[in-house]
Amino acid sequence: MAKRDLPTGLVSQLFQNTGSSSFTDFVSAYAPELLPRRDEVLATPIGDQVPHATTIVAATFAGGVVMAGDRRATSGNIISQRDVEKVFRTDDYSCMGIAGTASTGIEMARLYRVELEHYEKLEGRTMSVKGKANRLATMIRGNLAMAMQGLVVVPLFAAYDPDRDEGRIFSYDVAGGPYERERFDAIGSGSIFARGALKKLYREGASADDITMVLIQALYDAADDDSATGGPDMTRKIFPIVSLIDADGFRRLTDEQVSGYVRQMLDERLISPDGPIAPLR
Amino acid sequence: MSMPFGYASPEQIMRDKADYARKGIARGRSVVVLQYVDGILFVAPNPSRALHKISEIYDRIGFAAVGRYNEFEELRLGGIRYADINGYSYDRSDVTGRGLANLYASNLGRIFTESIKSLEVEVVVAEVGDGPEGDAIYRLTFDGSVFDEHGFAAMGGQADAVLGRLKEHYRESMSLSDALEVALKALTEPGGERPPVEQLEVAVLDRNREHRKFKRLAGAQLDRLLASAPPPAEEPPAAESDEKPPPTGPDGPVDDGSSPL
Repeated sequence: MAKRDLPTGLVSQLFQNTGSSSFTDFVSAYAPELLPRRDEVLATPIGDQVPHATTIVAATFAGGVVMAGDRRATSGNIISQRDVEKVFRTDDYSCMGIAGTASTGIEMARLYRVELEHYEKLEGRTMSVKGKANRLATMIRGNLAMAMQGLVVVPLFAAYDPDRDEGRIFSYDVAGGPYERERFDAIGSGSIFARGALKKLYREGASADDITMVLIQALYDAADDDSATGGPDMTRKIFPIVSLIDADGFRRLTDEQVSGYVRQMLDERLISPDGPIAPLR
Repeated sequence: MSMPFGYASPEQIMRDKADYARKGIARGRSVVVLQYVDGILFVAPNPSRALHKISEIYDRIGFAAVGRYNEFEELRLGGIRYADINGYSYDRSDVTGRGLANLYASNLGRIFTESIKSLEVEVVVAEVGDGPEGDAIYRLTFDGSVFDEHGFAAMGGQADAVLGRLKEHYRESMSLSDALEVALKALTEPGGERPPVEQLEVAVLDRNREHRKFKRLAGAQLDRLLASAPPPAEEPPAAESDEKPPPTGPDGPVDDGSSPL
């Protein structure tokens, strides 16, 4: 039994209470080699040689939050993947999107999911939204040394807060955070353009349906002006990933649902290529 | 040759430890675990709302225990650490109920033989599969024995009597409300009072759920489920008095830990 490829000392120590409900703390005490190394020194920064994930947008609606991400990953000027997924479910009421180094971000999302679930199972309660956001900040800060060498990863975190019955959005920088955002936010290389679109299109108290359309429009505007952000790929049927969280929990929209929004948007853009025009006054 | 004072044979020591553990386990109330059409149902009469006897270990794995709370709570926490670290090292699908049952068995067995006091616990590790044939219910006793149960398991309290009633009413592929009814029948002594709804801890491993299969049933949801169950058949009043017999260990040959599965 002791030979189940478990790290040395785990079986004998397994029943010991570490005094913390954090999975990361537990792993770093018993099997530190399983955690990503955050203190290595690379001979040369490798920023441009590994795939990068790009634009993520999120916005709240009445009673929840929607997050969407494009599907492109780039290495320098090469498109390394057309259908990468960078919006992840982290528990039943939260999700995160990643921008920056794709591999580091995916690994972080995987660890973060276990972290939230581990706490929930040990403590018998769900972590508060603020607690979840703080926990993610600690992980980002841990990656700072690698970020300085080009392996930057910056997430966007969105959750439904059952105490307030509303969606909340938190953003981060390379050194941590969190910064709570009202209404909407965008991260990644196309975020400047996406944020511009969001600013004009966001409606206070809009429905989930309308907000999803706002995000699809914002992503299209980002792809329009940023080469690292991918637009919807109609020929290959690759559409943005859209995740919605409300009182019923997390759900990811199906490709059919997203393609409905995308087609409607494209039809309108055939007439007005720059998208909906916001009223001037 | 005279015996040194205080000598006890290994057989005697094992027997004493086993008796001690059995008495401790029989003191509490029973827990019932059984298969239904969509997965596995756990039912435990439990007056406490905070101290759970049933809990989630991993995506497909649930845990139920009877005996001393602090001891099975340690087992539960250890199991969650084991499952999460394996799922993180490999893949979420690589965490199995069998692996967890083996881990518990080796630890329970070691504690039983090496410690002065064995753990006064009995646990069930249940795993839900994609279909009923993939379901597994493992029952582990205080000495580290593992029993691969088919369809249902009962432990704690008057376990033998509960198991007898469970065996009598259990059918394969029951609906959830039928399975709950069978569990409550098994947990109720003939002619006795049913455990009140607010003192029931009920959970399922539902194979139709996404991601995490474990779900607690409480409040309005549980009320609806109980209301949809067929009304309990009139049971003949028990001949003996309502007074509960004093808790004792179940009868049967003494388990010295040497018996096979």
